[in-house]
Amino acid sequence: MEVTWFPGCSMKTSAMENHESFKIFCEAIGIRLVELPDWNCCGSSSAHSIDRDLAFDLVARNLAMAPSGRPILTACPSCTLRFKEAHHHLMENADARNRFHGKWGVPFDESKQVMHFFELIDGLDISAFAQGEKPLSGLTYAPYYGCMLARPPQLRRQKNFHGLMEKILGTLGARAVTWQGQNRCCGTFLSVARPDAVTEVVNGIVQSGIQSGAECLVTACAMCQLNLEIRCNLGRRLPVLHFSEILTLALGRGKDTDRWFRKHLVDPRPLLDAKGLI
Amino acid sequence: MAGITPSFINEVTRRSGTVPTRCYNCSTCTSGCQFAHLMDRKPHEIIRLVQLGLKEEALSASGPWLCVGCNTCSMECPNSIDIPAVMDTMREMAISRGKVPDEAIYHFHREILGSIKRHGRTHKLEIMMRYKMATRDLFSDVDLGVRMLSRRKLHLLPSRIKALGDIRNLFRKAG
Repeated sequence: MEVTWFPGCSMKTSAMENHESFKIFCEAIGIRLVELPDWNCCGSSSAHSIDRDLAFDLVARNLAMAPSGRPILTACPSCTLRFKEAHHHLMENADARNRFHGKWGVPFDESKQVMHFFELIDGLDISAFAQGEKPLSGLTYAPYYGCMLARPPQLRRQKNFHGLMEKILGTLGARAVTWQGQNRCCGTFLSVARPDAVTEVVNGIVQSGIQSGAECLVTACAMCQLNLEIRCNLGRRLPVLHFSEILTLALGRGKDTDRWFRKHLVDPRPLLDAKGLI
Repeated sequence: MAGITPSFINEVTRRSGTVPTRCYNCSTCTSGCQFAHLMDRKPHEIIRLVQLGLKEEALSASGPWLCVGCNTCSMECPNSIDIPAVMDTMREMAISRGKVPDEAIYHFHREILGSIKRHGRTHKLEIMMRYKMATRDLFSDVDLGVRMLSRRKLHLLPSRIKALGDIRNLFRKAG
């Protein structure tokens, strides 16, 4: 299957280990990523925070440039939400479609569906791609979604993916803990302007993970991963793995993984080594 | 207390695309908010101020500036009010009248947008440096910055798009 790939700024820069492992995983399960040429930032949290028209226009340019006939794949939860909101707005609102047509010279093509990575792998038997039975056996982790499963009311009727990480990692042998930090927002950009507020939140999340007996956290958001690492100031911390990293390790496809794990501020290598995963 | 602005509710409804009059003030939004305890006016209070037409109180509150749009509130709202969209609207209206209640967070958003305008994508190192200059906070997080640079989580050069004209045209209003 071929998809138009929108990596977004985080995966392209600060979370390169997320991007690298994600590309390897997709290749392993037969998804061909064709990066959208000359894509621009989705506007992140800031565009809609202070200028909602600009937020729409920034996504619209990417939608206009994407080729018809194949879905646009995203993995960053923030990019996904920005894309889905703009797409929904275009579906519902004739003024939005006129604005789109006027700015980019092409009419809005509703066949260009925006698809998050979870939608793509939901229902797939990932264990069929693994080498050997239950490669993650013995690993106890806390699944961390942050705000990625929450959505605004207009997107409420779309399919949701609660429990997806537990379902897939469970078929690979890992054990998820039940804990209270799972859907607590990481504080995202307040990490810059209000690090005190984010440290309070992040410490609560990591502490809850430790108390539940998890050996690491697994997250599908690069922003969450960064905040959980840089703003936690507890004496004991937990490694925070990208979902894509642990999937790729489970499939036995992690090559040169030192390059990924060197980028972590809490080194996951002692844990992964003890579990025989690297 | 300033006077009542009867048109406020209509303006917020139009700009936000959601319907704050549906709120019966159960405060479920505030209960689930990670940052409510730091807000001078909490999410359900902002909605109430909007309903009552108390424009001055709503727009001068710094509470909406701490909202990160995580949608925890709107997911739980029994009346399907898009509360983060109301928070977006509070910020937009505060900016357009020239009185911003949280300068630091406003600076941060402007640095992100400035970076997008210059490169078409965000350049984190540049954003951090410029934000620190703007807020005259040069010394916090220096050790963190060094650790991130040494792990190449921060890049010296931006990733830049080719058709920058496309992006700059979008910024005519935002400045």
